[in-house]
Amino acid sequence: MVTGIWMSFLKLTKMFIANWGNAPFVGLKNYEVALDFNSAVGLGLLKSFGITAAFTVLVVGISWGLGMAAAVALQKTFRGRAIFRTLFLIPYALPMYAGVIAWKFMLQKDSGALNHLLFDNLGLPGDKPFWLIGDTAFIAVVIVAIWRLWPFAFLMLMAGLQSVPTDVYEASAVDGAKPLRQWWSITLPLLRPVNMVLVLVMFLWTFNDFNTPFVLFGGSQPPAGDLISFHIYNASFLTWNFGSGAAMSVLLLLFLLVVSGIYLLFMNRRKDRA
Amino acid sequence: MHETTGTKVFRVVTITLLSIFTIIPIYVMVISGMKPLADVQGDFSWWPSTLTLQPYVDMWKTVPLADYFVNSVIVSSCATILSLVIAIFASYAISRYKFRGRSLFSGTVLSTQMLPGVLFLLPLFLIFVNINTNFGVQLVGTRIGLIITYLTFSLPFSIWMLAGYFDGIPRELDEAAKVDGCGPMRALIRVILPAARPGLVAVAIYSFMTSWGEVLFASVMTTDANRTLAVGLQLYSTQTNVYWNQIMAASVVVSIPIVVGFLLLQKNFVAGLTAGAVK
Repeated sequence: MVTGIWMSFLKLTKMFIANWGNAPFVGLKNYEVALDFNSAVGLGLLKSFGITAAFTVLVVGISWGLGMAAAVALQKTFRGRAIFRTLFLIPYALPMYAGVIAWKFMLQKDSGALNHLLFDNLGLPGDKPFWLIGDTAFIAVVIVAIWRLWPFAFLMLMAGLQSVPTDVYEASAVDGAKPLRQWWSITLPLLRPVNMVLVLVMFLWTFNDFNTPFVLFGGSQPPAGDLISFHIYNASFLTWNFGSGAAMSVLLLLFLLVVSGIYLLFMNRRKDRA
Repeated sequence: MHETTGTKVFRVVTITLLSIFTIIPIYVMVISGMKPLADVQGDFSWWPSTLTLQPYVDMWKTVPLADYFVNSVIVSSCATILSLVIAIFASYAISRYKFRGRSLFSGTVLSTQMLPGVLFLLPLFLIFVNINTNFGVQLVGTRIGLIITYLTFSLPFSIWMLAGYFDGIPRELDEAAKVDGCGPMRALIRVILPAARPGLVAVAIYSFMTSWGEVLFASVMTTDANRTLAVGLQLYSTQTNVYWNQIMAASVVVSIPIVVGFLLLQKNFVAGLTAGAVK
C-alpha cells in the first residue's frame, strides 16, 4: 500500500516497469494532472467520479430499501418463509461473475430476456434499446449492482431483526401503534447499530466496485458506465501509465477516508447524545 | 398476533416482486444452458425449441474448463486455509491481549476495506515482477502468486470479523483452561476454537467466496497456466461466436458448489457476521 502511494509520485510509464526503482520522481505532477479539470485526464476523472457518486447513491439506497422491505416482510413466521429467505440469498452466494454474466446475456439487444420481456411480452412501444451501449448502460449497471448487493442488506437486517423482542411490538400494538409507526419508532432505532456498519460497508464496496462494470461491459465500457475503479484500471493498463493510475487511486482513497471519517464522527456524536 | 390487511398486502407484494427480480436471471441462466446454440443467438424465448444437455458436454471442450476448475479449487482452498489460520492467531491476540499499537492495528485492518482494489493491484503487480527479476521466483502467472494476492484480500475482513466473535466468548473460559493447566496455545485450540465455530465458518465462507469470485486480479495475474474460472468464463466469446448456451451452462456448474455450500452454512455465516459487525 505504501508502495502504491510512493508510486503516485513517480513518472512511471512503461519505460520503467522492469526496474521501477529508477523511475524519475515527479513530485505532485501526477496529482496536478489528475486534478486539472481542463485537461483530458482530469476531466475524465471528474466525470467518472460524478457517475460513480450517482451510481453509489442509487445502488446503496435502493439495496437498503429492498433489503429492509424483505427483512420486515419475512419478520413474522409463516409457511414457506424459509424458502423465500433462501431464495433471496442466492444472488449473494452466486460467484459474482456468474451472476453478472447471466445479466449480460439478459441485456443483449435481440437475444436478451429483458427486451423480450418488455417489448414482446409486455408490449412496450418503440425500439429495443442496446442496454450495454450508450446512456442506458448506466441503468443497466445500476440494476445489476442492486441485484447483487441487496441480499447482503437483507441478510444483515434480518439478523439484526432477530434480536428485536416481539413483546415490544405487542405492547405498542396495545397502545394503538400502527405498523408503519411501529417500524419507525421501534424497528428502525433498534437496528441502528446494524445500519451504521451496513451502510458504510455497502458504500465502500459500491464506490470501489470494479467487478460489475468489468464483467458486464468487457474491455470497452460505455461513457455512461465509466465507474471510477474501472476508469483507473483503464488509465493504468491501457496507457501503461501506472504513476498516474496510482495518483488517482490515492485521491480516491483520500476521498473515501474523509467521507467515512465524517460519517463515523457524525454517527458517534448522535449516539452519545441519544 | 392479529395482522392488518395493510401489512398483509405489503408482505405479499414485497415478496412477490423480489422473488421475480431474484429468480429471472437465475432462470435464464439455467434454461439457456439447456438450449441449442441457434436458440441463444436468435430472439430470446422463455422455453428452448429443443431441450438439450449438449452445452454441458461441449463446454469442457470449447475452453479447458476442467483445468480452470482445478486452479480455482486449489487457489481458493489454500487461500481460505491460510487466511483462517492467520486470522485465528491475529484476532485472538487483538481480542485477548493488550499490546502497543493494538488499536492502530485494528484500525488499519478496518480501513483496508476502503482501499480501491486498483491501488493494491498496481504495487502488487510490480512487486511480483521485481521479485521475479531479483530473486528469480515467478509469481505472476503462478498459483502461489494468486494465493498470496487473495490472502491480502480476505485477511483484513476475516480478522475483524473473528476478533468480534472472540470478544463475545467470555474470558472466564480462558481462565478456567489456565487453572486446568493449559498454556495459552492449548487453551486457544482446545477451548476457544470449538466455542468459536460459527465465527470460523463465517470467515472460511467469506474467504472462499472472495477468492472464488475474484475477477480483477485474476485477469491481470494469470496466464494459461494458472487461469481461474472467473477469467475462464470470459473465453467463451470468440471472434466468430459467442457460445451463450455454454457460458450459461458453465456458470451453473461453477455456481453450484458455492451456492450449496453457502446455503448449508448460512446460519453460521449470519451468526459470525453479526457478531463481528455489531459491537
